[in-house]
Amino acid sequence: MRRAVLIAIPYAWLLALFLVPFGIVLKISLSDTAIAIPPYVPTLDLAEGWAGFRAFLSELDFENFVWLTEDDLYWKAYLSSLKIALISTIFTLLVGYPMAYGMARAPEEWRPTLMMLVILPFWTSFLIRVYAWMGILSNEGFLNQALLWLGVIGEPLALLNTNTAVYIGIVYTYLPFMILPIYAALDRLDGSLIEAAEDLGCSRLQAFWLVTIPLSRPGIIAGSFLVFIPVLGEFVIPSLLGGSGTLMIGKVLWEEFFSNRDWPVASAVAVVLLLILVIPIVLFQRNQQKQAEAEQ
Amino acid sequence: MTRLSWFNVVSLTLGFAFLYIPMLILIIFSFNESKLVTVWAGFSTKWYGELMQNEAFLNAAWVTVKVAVMSSTLATVLGTMAAYVMVRGGRFMGRTLFSGMIYAPLVMPEVITGLSLLLLFIGIGLDRGVLTIVLAHTTFSMCYVSVVVSSRLVTFDRSLEEAALDLGCSPAEAFRLVTLPIIAPAVISGWLLAFTLSLDDLVIASFTSGPSATTLPIKIFSAVRLGVSPEINALSTIMIAIVTVGVITASLVSKRAMVRQKQEEQAAARTT
Repeated sequence: MRRAVLIAIPYAWLLALFLVPFGIVLKISLSDTAIAIPPYVPTLDLAEGWAGFRAFLSELDFENFVWLTEDDLYWKAYLSSLKIALISTIFTLLVGYPMAYGMARAPEEWRPTLMMLVILPFWTSFLIRVYAWMGILSNEGFLNQALLWLGVIGEPLALLNTNTAVYIGIVYTYLPFMILPIYAALDRLDGSLIEAAEDLGCSRLQAFWLVTIPLSRPGIIAGSFLVFIPVLGEFVIPSLLGGSGTLMIGKVLWEEFFSNRDWPVASAVAVVLLLILVIPIVLFQRNQQKQAEAEQ
Repeated sequence: MTRLSWFNVVSLTLGFAFLYIPMLILIIFSFNESKLVTVWAGFSTKWYGELMQNEAFLNAAWVTVKVAVMSSTLATVLGTMAAYVMVRGGRFMGRTLFSGMIYAPLVMPEVITGLSLLLLFIGIGLDRGVLTIVLAHTTFSMCYVSVVVSSRLVTFDRSLEEAALDLGCSPAEAFRLVTLPIIAPAVISGWLLAFTLSLDDLVIASFTSGPSATTLPIKIFSAVRLGVSPEINALSTIMIAIVTVGVITASLVSKRAMVRQKQEEQAAARTT
């Protein structure tokens, strides 16, 4: 009896505040926009019973999804989100791997401090970390000042409100998510394997490429998905650092909802984004499961 | 694997410089006299003074802390229950759906979570305000709590609980006297995680808040869209300082707890 209550409370909470809301999004994505409160039709009228429900069902259609394929804003935004997420994941890996590798090779007594230095930004407000780059990347910002002073450039580069700024912002804010799983994988790595490879005639670079990288693969995969998945739906970074040319689906959804007040289209955008995300999420889960099994 | 090559040293130095220089610049320029945030004009703390007189920011900060305390406490209770059910609950109807609902919010884009909760609140006619933000934050942060707590529950020796039950404890007593003290560090870090997630959240709060409740991130976001300002730098510095002190304290406390636990275990091993 007690056990049933224990299960029922969190279960009911998640059903009511996680699953049911999705049902509502799905339903509204099939509705039509209307000038009303709430701004869509049809609304379900339970007072009319079964006939009312049938009439309600008959009015639902896939019009909004057809609309998403017709207006090229949407599919361009999906493609550009995928592109930005993919490129920034690669950059994060290129910055994060050497750091994780350095941490794993650092003396034992330094490692807790280095870990702390990686985790600390993760606890600091995301919004503030993105904001910090606004002052650096603007036309009269610190980066341009430094480059002008060094004589590298003759006139300020336009960095803020471009895709370059978005890439920098993403690499900066998501770096800890990449470093931690790779570090965990490298930390477990048996050092004698590398010695064996070197004894058998590998150069250090070969040993790194043939032993270290393959053995840290689960960490690389986990870190890449931990960056790729949330970046795909990112809103804060493109809206603060990106410009009018930066198309990302999270921003489109936000504007569709808050500026255009087109709830059905915003819901349809959300449903399609979710469908796109299913693939990387399933791949990520599989990687995690394989890793958990390997540890047992 | 403890020989650092020059390559390791360079990549660590550059990497940490990349992580910390932006925040250092932010902190330094919060003490700048001039309103121009990129030109140094002398030391001053006047932006902190102005911040303290900005009613709107102070109100938003108060709402944010209130929401964070309520939602993280609720999330810790629900998340611990969920973790216990997942690890110790055995089989029950709909277990797969349950674990799916615990893991899904972790990877869900915030815009989708926010949108779906808002549509729910409007659907059931709940006025948007502090309550709706608390409900929304509790829902996604309870999942983080349950992941943290269940990772501790998985590793701990179940026979301790069974011994308590054999010695005449009721299941509730066994949980309170044996399980809870052992998982307490995980429960506390779960609470801290939920608290910071709530403090940080802009997107979900924007969807689920109404005109009566503006949180600090919403306030900062609307100010920052207009450009960089020294007042926001001052506010950011205060927030960075609080987080830094908090994280360092937490890690020192947990380190000491670990040392003490080890000593107790050794003492126990000697007496038997």
